Amino acid sequence: MSSLTEKDRPIVQLLLNAGTCPRCILRFCSVGSQMLYRHPYKDLMKVLKEFLKNNPEKEDTVCFDVVDPPCKRIRLEHPEEGPEDLNHNGALQQNPQVNDENTAVEDSAVKVCNVCLGILQEFCEADFVKKVCQKVNSADYQFTSFVFSVSLPPQLSVRERAAWLVLKQEMRNLGLSLSKDDIVQLKEAYKWIIHPQLSEELGVPADGKVLFEVSVVFAHPETDEECHFLATACPDCFKPAKNKQSVFTRMAVIKALEKIKEEDFLKHFPCPPSSPKNLCVALEIQCNNGAVFVAGRYNKYSRNLPQTPWIIDGERKLESSVEELISEHLMTEFRADSFNFSSSGREDVDVRTLGNGRPFAIELVNPRRIHFTAEEMKGLQQTINTSSDKIQVRDLQLVTREAIGRMKEGEEEKTKTYSALIWTDKAIQKEDIAFLDDIKELKLDQKTPLRVLHRRPLAVRCRIIHTMRSEYIDEHHFRLHLKTQAGTYIKEFVHGDFGRTKPNIGSLLNRTADILELDVESVDVDWPPTL
Amino acid sequence: MAAATRGGAERYFTRWYKPDVKGRPCEDFCVLQHSNRRVICVITLAEAHPLLQSGKTIKSINYQISANCSRLQNKVSGKSKRVWLFAQFLTELAPLCRISSTDGEEYTIYSCIRGRLIEVNENILSNPTILQEKPSTEGYIAVVLPKFEESKSVTQGLLTQKEYEEVLLKRLNSSS
Repeated sequence: MSSLTEKDRPIVQLLLNAGTCPRCILRFCSVGSQMLYRHPYKDLMKVLKEFLKNNPEKEDTVCFDVVDPPCKRIRLEHPEEGPEDLNHNGALQQNPQVNDENTAVEDSAVKVCNVCLGILQEFCEADFVKKVCQKVNSADYQFTSFVFSVSLPPQLSVRERAAWLVLKQEMRNLGLSLSKDDIVQLKEAYKWIIHPQLSEELGVPADGKVLFEVSVVFAHPETDEECHFLATACPDCFKPAKNKQSVFTRMAVIKALEKIKEEDFLKHFPCPPSSPKNLCVALEIQCNNGAVFVAGRYNKYSRNLPQTPWIIDGERKLESSVEELISEHLMTEFRADSFNFSSSGREDVDVRTLGNGRPFAIELVNPRRIHFTAEEMKGLQQTINTSSDKIQVRDLQLVTREAIGRMKEGEEEKTKTYSALIWTDKAIQKEDIAFLDDIKELKLDQKTPLRVLHRRPLAVRCRIIHTMRSEYIDEHHFRLHLKTQAGTYIKEFVHGDFGRTKPNIGSLLNRTADILELDVESVDVDWPPTL
Repeated sequence: MAAATRGGAERYFTRWYKPDVKGRPCEDFCVLQHSNRRVICVITLAEAHPLLQSGKTIKSINYQISANCSRLQNKVSGKSKRVWLFAQFLTELAPLCRISSTDGEEYTIYSCIRGRLIEVNENILSNPTILQEKPSTEGYIAVVLPKFEESKSVTQGLLTQKEYEEVLLKRLNSSS
């Protein structure tokens, strides 16, 4: 059990007089026992005052055995009422409460701590915990553990420094030491107190590794300008902000505090810090779930469907898209904010994808629901497949973020097979195209096709056609099956793209050739796992 | 003369014409404009051009159009999307190349549109007959990318297929 000893007396004395709350005092005394911070405010105050009253000559250890349970409500009286009642933008307000007359407390008015501005006071109490949990429950997320993250106003760092400086001076005068390293950080102490309460109320543990995050942003407008003196002392720490946001970010303030000389600090900032009139305000309580990933393979049976929405000048040129047809249902089931669709390569609007289909992965951002059984995923797949005949999906499953890498690998390295319907201007006979079947590992030099030059740089790509198989149809038509290296432009191989793809079917057959239809027969990537 | 539905690489291009460039009779050019949003244009010789008439043999093709400027040294490499900024910018009457024939004539090929030069056709340097055999496809002269803001206005100074056919008809009538 941790205890306060004689060397802590001057710290307790100085801070208590300055208007620092008991928990902050414990922090500066380097008290490391989490349990102690959870004791009710009143009790901690009582114990500290008793500690001070006791005879300094006796061996002093303060015992923190108190009877009251940790969750007892503490009431703070606000000297000022009125402005805090206003609730303009959902800011969390603490209702002014009258001190319970039945509770015999020495000081009926509790000052807002001059170091933590109320974070380790009001915002550790059951009322606030309840408000946070209400927000979480109403947001209706599915989660098995949570991370609670807190954003504190930057002036807290300034006030912390001010308190420490004055303590350091006092301790030096008394010939005692004060180590900065053992002082408990405010955020850490706050989490010690609030995590167990949140856990209990939400019914799940806190887990640092988990993706479900509850975040609170605190602000203290009354003292926002306290950081400004740092800008004159260390101007290069404060770069102009990109948005209209304040230039005094937490990072910038901490950096400036590291640089500023003690004398300069003492000149510009009251040490110890002054007592504020108001508590901090909790500006926002937000919930966010980490993204989940759904993978599968899709077939495309329409020759009139783009992969992504085709919108020009705000006008949709073609109805729907592969990604929308697949993602629509996932968005509904997972209740996500948005999605990111990616696939192992793409096909043009007028190209079908047959065979096993093309691997794809969808990132669902901030999903409310994250757990799905294999059965449920099968059901989802069914729903997607019955809703459209233009696309079909298979092997629909949840995957990790790392697994996406395997899909993109496939895009560069693996082979694809195609089937092309080809027209020629001059007549052909069966014999004229038979030789194509014997060509293996045909090397192509493909300049960036004209049709994509507006969005791709000019370059020459060397690509290989591994094998071909022809099927004669009539004097001006034949079907060609090809197995090619990833990244080969098939259409350009057929019509030659103004001679910019060499060799091409036209040059091989000594005719003008054109492609009438193209199908992807297979995408030779063995991911995601077949179900 | 009526253009049948062209198959092959030209299928997605619209044909625009610029006849009698710089007042030189029958030196007509055909600009193929792609149907994409950001229109890529391919500069070619129109069928009426003297170089494409029977009996003409090409002696040389030169992309060095002045002491300081060679269309072959166009800077368009690199992966940056802004790479086109370094490409040579062309106005309508910017010369692309000079072609001389064995009968002593010299012809200048002009850009006909405003935009950035993407590439000139090096295949015709090694094989000039392609220019005459397939002027609208493998024998193209250059590829030009108009400025995004000028995409719609780039063909303003050019004639449609129909308008060009009327010009050809007039020529035929006036020569008879």
